[in-house]
Amino acid sequence: MTKKVILREKEVLHVSELAKLMLSQKECRIFLPQLSAIINFVSKLQKINTKGVVPTSQVTGLVNVFREDKIDKSRILSQKTALKNKEKTHNGYFIVPAVFGE
Amino acid sequence: MFSDLTIVSAIDLLRKRKLSSLELIKNCLENIRKKNAQYNVVLSVVDEEVLLKEAGEADKTDFSLPLSGIPLIHKDLFSTANIRTTAGSKVLNSYSPVYDATVVRRLKEAGAIIVGKANEDAWGHGSSGENSDFGPTLNAYDKSRVAGGSSSGSAVAVALGMCLASTGTDTGGSIRVPAAFNNLVGLKPSYGRVSRYGIIAMASSLDSIGHITKTVADSALLLSVTAGKDPYDATTLDKKVPNYPQLLKRKDLKGIKIGVPPEYLNVGRKVTPGMDKKLEQITESSLQKFKMLGAEIVEVHLPYTEPALETYYVLVPSEVSSNLSRYDGVRYGNDRTNFGDEAKRRIMIGTYSLSSGYYDAYYKTAQKVRTLVCKDFEKAFMQADVIFAPVTPTPPPTIGEHTGNPLSLYLSDIYTVPINLAGLAALSLPAGFVDNLPVGIQLIGPQLSERKLFQIGKSYLQE
Repeated sequence: MTKKVILREKEVLHVSELAKLMLSQKECRIFLPQLSAIINFVSKLQKINTKGVVPTSQVTGLVNVFREDKIDKSRILSQKTALKNKEKTHNGYFIVPAVFGE
Repeated sequence: MFSDLTIVSAIDLLRKRKLSSLELIKNCLENIRKKNAQYNVVLSVVDEEVLLKEAGEADKTDFSLPLSGIPLIHKDLFSTANIRTTAGSKVLNSYSPVYDATVVRRLKEAGAIIVGKANEDAWGHGSSGENSDFGPTLNAYDKSRVAGGSSSGSAVAVALGMCLASTGTDTGGSIRVPAAFNNLVGLKPSYGRVSRYGIIAMASSLDSIGHITKTVADSALLLSVTAGKDPYDATTLDKKVPNYPQLLKRKDLKGIKIGVPPEYLNVGRKVTPGMDKKLEQITESSLQKFKMLGAEIVEVHLPYTEPALETYYVLVPSEVSSNLSRYDGVRYGNDRTNFGDEAKRRIMIGTYSLSSGYYDAYYKTAQKVRTLVCKDFEKAFMQADVIFAPVTPTPPPTIGEHTGNPLSLYLSDIYTVPINLAGLAALSLPAGFVDNLPVGIQLIGPQLSERKLFQIGKSYLQE
């Protein structure tokens, strides 16, 4: 039998920080019962006997797909094209928000 | 005349010069003008001037390409060069890609004209269409009901004549559900059959790229254009693409074994648990139709059906949290506070199940159960050519029925998500109406069995 998972507000806030979602405390309170219900639902998996079962990460049966180490010109964007749909550019560069804090 | 037009019939009329691409495009634009404000189907429409020019160009040709002059609408997850692509999310509110997805390019090269981009559950998260950050798309048959999702706008656009067919993605039912809820044909191709390149990723190991059409013949025609190896998507299969449209001549289903899993449908008993009673009756009469066409009905077992749903809701959020980490407000669009509630929930569930201390209990266990789900289907396909199943447990719910209780909506995905976990092909077909609301059934086949699904589906619909 799996135990009921009890999710706490502190954990929801922590996960929201890990995921860079910056949730407010109010939002966390709304999400808490919903996330608890989902986590408890999927926790039922742990009752299944998976001893010796190999995990599946993909279903194509393909192994190590390589391509030739050659430049494919049809895939190359010119600098002009790459910048075309961006509102803010400067001297051929993208302008982006600052990513480093103080 | 326009409402009955399919791609196949339109191409025929175009080639005989009894119809022009210009008329087709004008009709689509007229339907968008009349109905889009009410039904909220398309998020972006290509400039009328551009469309009329493209149609005029097509009309100058002899329509020798497979889709010459045919108006299509793409789900808003498909990158379309210089056409706004939002994924149904405010994060990408004003994003325009600079290149086309492989599927978009192939359809264009086959002569198709892109009319616009369809509304959807943001990032593909949902089976009702209500999770779009731009508001829900309404059901084409009843405006108080959901369209089904996540390819909600794609289905309603076809049903309301805004295009002749549309593209969609199916990670756990997102093509089959809206197709069923709008009386249309929806194809979820085998994983790897159609390139994912340029399509905004939801869960990369399950995303399948397909389409919604009025007929099986149209579905086969579109797949013959979109399928095949793509050097830009290493997971595409290097297997020959059959000429799907030419393989559709079959009158009966003699020699075909159709498997029915009691885990999906308790044939003979009064009510399958959790299933709408009237929908169950329709599903059973559809099954009778296959029998009358000469198919042999056999029982197959899929004991890991319920765990499949639990597995799906660990693996998908995990892949979602990883795929959506790139939306940081630096490289694309707006910052992460713009995510809607469902995206936030999935990112958090995924982050939780991948975080240290929980990884083995959730993510790794789910990957192991995925193996067991795949084996279920392998065994079933030793006894049957295809599996018959409902698409949803109920007819289209009313708008807002599941609001505030996301888990109850997840539970309605029971018949569709196991197929994606195993990478199989599935075709949803119209089955009739429950109190004037469209419902569907689906045929599930092994990987690369699309040809067989088209043949059986065509006999069933008696096209």
